Amino acid sequence: MMNKLIALVFATLLSTFAVAQEAPDVLVKRVTEEVLEIVRNDKDIQKGNTTRVIDLVDAKVLPNFNFRHMTALALGKDWRKATPEQQEKLTAEFKTLLVRTYSNALTGYKNQKIIYKAFRMNSGDTDVLVRTEVQEPGNKPVQLDYSLEKTDAGWKVYDVTVAGISLVTNYREQFAQEVRHGGIDGLIASIAAKNKSLQGNLAKAEGK
Amino acid sequence: MMKTKLTWKSRGAACLVAGLLAWGAPAQADETPGDPFESFNRAMFAVNEGIDMVAMKPIAQAYDFVVPLPAKAGVGNFFGNILDFRNVLNNALQGKGADAGTDLARLLINSTIGIFGLFDVASELGLERHDEDFGQTLAVWGWADSDFLFWPIIGPRTVRDTGGWVVDAYTDPTWYTINKTVAARNSLLALLFVDVRASLLPTDKVVEEAALDKYAYVRDAYLQRRRNQIFDGRPPRLEDVLD
Repeated sequence: MMNKLIALVFATLLSTFAVAQEAPDVLVKRVTEEVLEIVRNDKDIQKGNTTRVIDLVDAKVLPNFNFRHMTALALGKDWRKATPEQQEKLTAEFKTLLVRTYSNALTGYKNQKIIYKAFRMNSGDTDVLVRTEVQEPGNKPVQLDYSLEKTDAGWKVYDVTVAGISLVTNYREQFAQEVRHGGIDGLIASIAAKNKSLQGNLAKAEGK
Repeated sequence: MMKTKLTWKSRGAACLVAGLLAWGAPAQADETPGDPFESFNRAMFAVNEGIDMVAMKPIAQAYDFVVPLPAKAGVGNFFGNILDFRNVLNNALQGKGADAGTDLARLLINSTIGIFGLFDVASELGLERHDEDFGQTLAVWGWADSDFLFWPIIGPRTVRDTGGWVVDAYTDPTWYTINKTVAARNSLLALLFVDVRASLLPTDKVVEEAALDKYAYVRDAYLQRRRNQIFDGRPPRLEDVLD
């Protein structure tokens, strides 16, 4: 009897664990479908309301991203030279920039179909690539891949690749250029300035 | 007739390359590794931005706005079908026999059942396209790294891909099938440019907003995309440096 009870408790714990550790391909598919479902039913987003899209991305997408890792990847070897405080500031600014610029892609969503490619992983893997494809009539299909890593809080995306172009590492030379000119602080300042001007444009556009 | 056209084209290419070599000589202190022609490239990038703003983009926008989706899809499919000829050739040159076979089947099906390529029947049948061009073939043959070049109108390339582009033009049926009527051929080439430019319209705003330095953003995106194409969508991972 006691043994059975222990077994039951154990099984319950295991299944809870399994839910918490949602497989990376399942995670990508679930989040994609949830977000697209919302976009399909939201007239404001379809009309290009940036603030609304950013709210959606904030709530649904961002919890599944590891921005610290993304920023380190974008900066490359200079990351290690940055102080913890600089790393934190840089991560915050870079996050704002990525969210602001790429969230808008969702407002262009019409009837594209997302194809989830066959996914395989070994039980010990901590770093995987989930491959998808965006299909649209009359256009070439676009490869859209997510790099995910296993963390204590589940799988987190740390890179997104569109048609082979990493939205993260594509910044590496631009970051290096800024660091050569003004150091890490110079880089933080120029991303902050960029964010500010984007915010200004947005305020103007939505103020009308 | 056709011969003189092609000679003119190769002369043009030779002049461009000569001009480039003359320009690319002085190195700047702020030079990016892997971009020795940066000052030339940035100048050409600026020229191209100007041309794009006054001509190419407005035309592409008008095309995108006026032409209904089925017609646009037909145009895209038509040029895609012509590209399949190049894909067959370059897959064969790279020793990718199965892909060459699939692309040949695509070409035959779409040129006939698909009515001169206006409908992409082959894709509906599950025959996937394998994009290859001569620049990729050169890379597979061993010319892996090549310096970046930015041209007006034709846009970003590398030295290798500029050579590849010239060879691709020679093997493009568009230049041969209707060479008897120059006007028709030129209209077709113009339509190809507009179709390509129109397909890039959605990315304009993103690049404008995302880039700290638009030239560097476009350059690195081009180089990454080419790397991805050369490795057929599965490039080796770059080193990671977290902590």
